[in-house]
Amino acid sequence: MRRAEFVTAIILGLLSAYLMWKSGEGPEWDTEYVHWSNIGVNIDGSGPGKGFWPFYLALGMLVSCIWIIVNTIRRTSPPSQSDEPFMDAYAKKMLLFVGGGLIGFLLLVEWFSMYFGIAIFMFYYMMFLGRHPLFLSIVTSLVVPFWLYLFFDIVMTKIQPKGMRWLEDAFYNPTGEFFRSQSLITIALCFVISGALLALSARAARE
Amino acid sequence: MEILAALTDGILIAMQPHNLGLAVIGVIVGLFVGALPGLGSVNGVAILLPFTFVINEATSDPASPMIFLAAIYYGAMYGGAISSITLGIPGASTAVATTFDGRPMALQGNADRALVTAAIASFIGGTVATVFFSGFAPFLSSVALDFGNPEIFALMLLAFATFIGLGGDDIPKTMFSIFFGLLLATVGFDTISGEPRLIFFNDREQTAVLEAVGMTGAAENVPYFDSIGWFSRGIQFLVLAIGVYGIGEMIWTINASRYKLTMTETKISFSRIMKAIVGMKDAWKGTTIGSFLGFFVGILPAAGATPGSLMSYGVAKMTSRNPKSYGQGNPDGVAAPEAANNSASTGAMLPMMTLGIPGSPTTAVLLAGMVIWGLEPGPRMFEDRPEFVWPLIGSFYISNIVAVLVNLAFIPLFLWVLRMPFTILAPVIFVLSVIGTYAAYDNMYDVWLMVFFGIGAYLLRILDYPLAPAVLAVVLGTTAEQKLRQSLLLSDGDFAIFYSPFFDRDGKGQEWWIAPITTWVAVILILLPIILWAMKKIRAKA
Repeated sequence: MRRAEFVTAIILGLLSAYLMWKSGEGPEWDTEYVHWSNIGVNIDGSGPGKGFWPFYLALGMLVSCIWIIVNTIRRTSPPSQSDEPFMDAYAKKMLLFVGGGLIGFLLLVEWFSMYFGIAIFMFYYMMFLGRHPLFLSIVTSLVVPFWLYLFFDIVMTKIQPKGMRWLEDAFYNPTGEFFRSQSLITIALCFVISGALLALSARAARE
Repeated sequence: MEILAALTDGILIAMQPHNLGLAVIGVIVGLFVGALPGLGSVNGVAILLPFTFVINEATSDPASPMIFLAAIYYGAMYGGAISSITLGIPGASTAVATTFDGRPMALQGNADRALVTAAIASFIGGTVATVFFSGFAPFLSSVALDFGNPEIFALMLLAFATFIGLGGDDIPKTMFSIFFGLLLATVGFDTISGEPRLIFFNDREQTAVLEAVGMTGAAENVPYFDSIGWFSRGIQFLVLAIGVYGIGEMIWTINASRYKLTMTETKISFSRIMKAIVGMKDAWKGTTIGSFLGFFVGILPAAGATPGSLMSYGVAKMTSRNPKSYGQGNPDGVAAPEAANNSASTGAMLPMMTLGIPGSPTTAVLLAGMVIWGLEPGPRMFEDRPEFVWPLIGSFYISNIVAVLVNLAFIPLFLWVLRMPFTILAPVIFVLSVIGTYAAYDNMYDVWLMVFFGIGAYLLRILDYPLAPAVLAVVLGTTAEQKLRQSLLLSDGDFAIFYSPFFDRDGKGQEWWIAPITTWVAVILILLPIILWAMKKIRAKA
């Protein structure tokens, strides 16, 4: 843990130094710009420059990192006194499966739309990480995205990513047209019926 | 006496069946919209604004459309606490502080108590604010006008000072967290000069990377190598908040619990809810602080409910006999921000109605609604349009009562969510985090950034970095910088404008006391934990 704290503080300290440098940067299109010329408190009588506030914040970050490093060396912070590893075997495995699953989920959203992504991610999580029965996993991973689709896309018109063009044309456009032509009562009924299906499958799984 | 008579008339009009019905519908809609991450009061009010035309046609009452919109606003303020407590995801910035103690309470199986505390504290906060509103609106709006840029920056400084206390014992890590959060808020286009700032991975850097891997050519031809869509959009508050609480905290909980977690009792009974209501006596202090401080911060232009709730949490913790219990599931830690955000949301309507200055995005939409209905918010509105103003104020009282009753009635439904096995709840929270972030900003860049922040937050949490101060700093960062720079522009770069009452701002020799007093209180609050920390270290050594 001590080594991890030390290394993290060094990385964050370097990031702070980079941010200080970055704060002094001018716009890309201004070739005559002199680095650091925007961090003053009153530039040509027009108040602080755009780099003033971020520069001093980054400086504050750097000072804090140095303070953290000193504490780590002197073993005064709790992590620097701990003999436990930064991450045990379970934590590493969990981060790989959960974090990896999340990144996979976002890639699915990019390619196959938000709702198909949700369906696949829910199924992966429930079936392989949660070890739920197959039937419950399938029903949940269909009902949850269906609910979200009805709520976000249809009722609130908060349109979510639809993935590749062919998927949007072949699936989402006709489905959207269908549901948007329905009344709010029909939509509410869809919520209730799919919810009942989910509740029944959950009960079946428990039994 | 005149005010009391007008208010009574207003309440009676607000209690007419059609207005009461609209208040109930508005509160229920607002409650559910507010409970969902990514959707807040502003979405609810904006999306349902067109419905007010139908309402106006049906009722022919000028106050009815606004009563409906105000009820949505109230409902959403109550609803924000629900996702913070049950799912651990702050649905809106106003509910961030509720997560700090609401989530631990849910994890300890006390979600019902947390929800009841949030509902009742919200009710008290909202009612206290409405009483102030009805009694002192013109006077308070003139006080709010005395708060210029230096005063508001000093107030922000005071808020940051209270954050230091939120971080626990590790002062340098807390300070890092605050600076980091403030810095994240600066990414994007500078609001004053309009120039890009801290655009990481800009065209120049992208070209360098492409050349290094042997891919020459324009960066925009490569997927994701387009700086306009990336950091130039800035780093939004919800991206960090949902990342930290929706993803980071969830991964942390999974690791700590190994999926063997029951978040609440399986049976919710009336007696448990009643017990929770009786238990409100433990949260009276937070409720009081939140109700008064929230209202005061809420009436300031450009402040609003978020700083009000954060400051109230900080002050409640700072003045507590047992500050260490905050963050561990202290009911006061739920009551303070919840009372404050409701109180502040009523307070934010004051400058909107009396000066025509909206204090928050939601009040801006409400202002638009008022203009649509032919009203001209301003100092004369109380005299010119009493038939509109007093029923609206009356509806604040009624909406508050309706909201607390609806909220308490729906608690079993909210708790049902927590009875789900953790292996179903966890992916649902991840999914809501992703869809909520997308719904808020309509961009996958923000979703990727949210997941990145979440995983980073988990790793930093292992090393005891407090993340709450960073989230809070992102919320206030933009306003703080704007006010600081505008003040320094006014003073020609002289910092005395903040700490000296004798600094001559306008060449008239006037003394300005609010900013210096606030600044000095903030400085003392910042230095106090550092001094106490140093004394503790010295004593431990001795």
